[in-house]
Amino acid sequence: MIETITQGILLGGLYCIFALGLSLMFGVMRLTNIALGDQIIISGFIAIGIASVLQLNIVLIGLALLPCAYVSGYLFQRAVLNPTLSRDPVPSLVVTFGLSIVIQNVLQELFSANPRSLDSGGLNTQSIDLGGGFVIGVLPLIIFATAIACTFGLQMLFSKTSTGRSFRAVSDDREIAELMGLSAKKVYATATGIAFCLIAIAGLFQSMRTTISPADGPSLLLFAFEAVIIGGMGSFWGTFAGALILGITQQIGFMFDPAWGIWFGHLVFIIILFIKPNGLFPKTKG
Amino acid sequence: MSSVVIETHKLNGFYGDAKVLFDIDFRLNEGEVVGVLGANGAGKSSFLKAISGLMKVEPGMITLRGEAIGGSEPGEIVRKGIAMVPEGRRLFPSMTVEENLKMGAFAGRKGRWDINSVYAQFPILKEKRNVPSTSLSGGQQQMVAIGRALMSNPDVLMCDEISLGLAPVVIKDIYDSLPNIVSEGMSVVIIEQDVMVAQRCSQRLYCLQEGRVSLEGASEALTRDQISQAYFGI
Repeated sequence: MIETITQGILLGGLYCIFALGLSLMFGVMRLTNIALGDQIIISGFIAIGIASVLQLNIVLIGLALLPCAYVSGYLFQRAVLNPTLSRDPVPSLVVTFGLSIVIQNVLQELFSANPRSLDSGGLNTQSIDLGGGFVIGVLPLIIFATAIACTFGLQMLFSKTSTGRSFRAVSDDREIAELMGLSAKKVYATATGIAFCLIAIAGLFQSMRTTISPADGPSLLLFAFEAVIIGGMGSFWGTFAGALILGITQQIGFMFDPAWGIWFGHLVFIIILFIKPNGLFPKTKG
Repeated sequence: MSSVVIETHKLNGFYGDAKVLFDIDFRLNEGEVVGVLGANGAGKSSFLKAISGLMKVEPGMITLRGEAIGGSEPGEIVRKGIAMVPEGRRLFPSMTVEENLKMGAFAGRKGRWDINSVYAQFPILKEKRNVPSTSLSGGQQQMVAIGRALMSNPDVLMCDEISLGLAPVVIKDIYDSLPNIVSEGMSVVIIEQDVMVAQRCSQRLYCLQEGRVSLEGASEALTRDQISQAYFGI
């Protein structure tokens, strides 16, 4: 049982990285990015493409991916998402839903439906033996440590920096934030740039950990969405806790039957949604 | 004669298709405190929204020292030296008192006002600097809202119904702090429903009725009957 919970916690680390981008964008803009899962997958394919063309190692691929992700997120927000933002959430939902379909079809055209993975240089097969047959994978451990670092970093960014204050200001009251001299459009673009960096990290890890195919995006979105809802919208440590709960629940389900894991997660999600509709640790209103 | 800071020329404003401001001619001189009176729905807040950039109007309808600023982005307006204390305070609920005050400095204008001078003006805020802004009393929240606007070191401070929902003694305290705030040439626009407060604190008064200027004159010279007629239209 301890091993199952440990594996669940480590799986939760990956779900946390999936979910942080969603949590950030919702927390700042009240925007639900339906294309998040597909953006994770496209990041994975870009990493695979870079690795196959330039023969770079994982760290260099990550370093190349992050600035590209930030710039593409910034520009995507300015050009596509900002015009959709209003009190009505439907336009942004429709646009990101449409983008999700476009990404899946473009990836199918370019890479076919065959699953692929990123060569992690043996990292995904390395493990640490803790004795008594209890083994922890090195890659899941790295992913979990990254999840803690990202959650801590985002929390610090929000609570200790002027950029974080500007995120909170536009989230609290966009009109008044603009009266303070902020450009909400630039603040939103910065937030999406950071969210896309998290998405790129998620794509990198997902493609190292397992195979990815163009149609995988929606299921990753579902896990991210469940983690955010369980934890509470707009709370990063809440998202972290939600992801861990989801990961542990799925692993417990897998323990009973390999087919039960995913729907065990869905079941707990629905139960928490029913008992606490705002999640376990909500920070944002509405 | 002191120089004109803000002037509006036949200012017309709209919410969608609904016209709410009709040909408003307004003038604010340097170092002057001007009151704008009117009943609910008279167009007072819309007038301030037009000046602060929250309502889009034609560029030439509003000038700042002769420069057309109508329709500019709110951030541009605050960087040019016009700050607003919004109706209902509208502090950032996720922030502490000090974080709210620091938001006012985002425009980056230099001058007399910084976090220390705001604390000197409102000492209670220094004591409560690390508490959530939502936990303050209404009067203290109003001090934060005024302090936040001052942090941008404005040339023009526009206060939208700062007495709304406050006890008379608190209103008196807040208005008593005005002379110190405007002592260095800052111009102030005060939006008020309370005729006595507006008349006492301002040098000139405008009265709005259904989006139009119904009365204008020196505060001391206007009689209660004139104001009542312009205020209620009876």
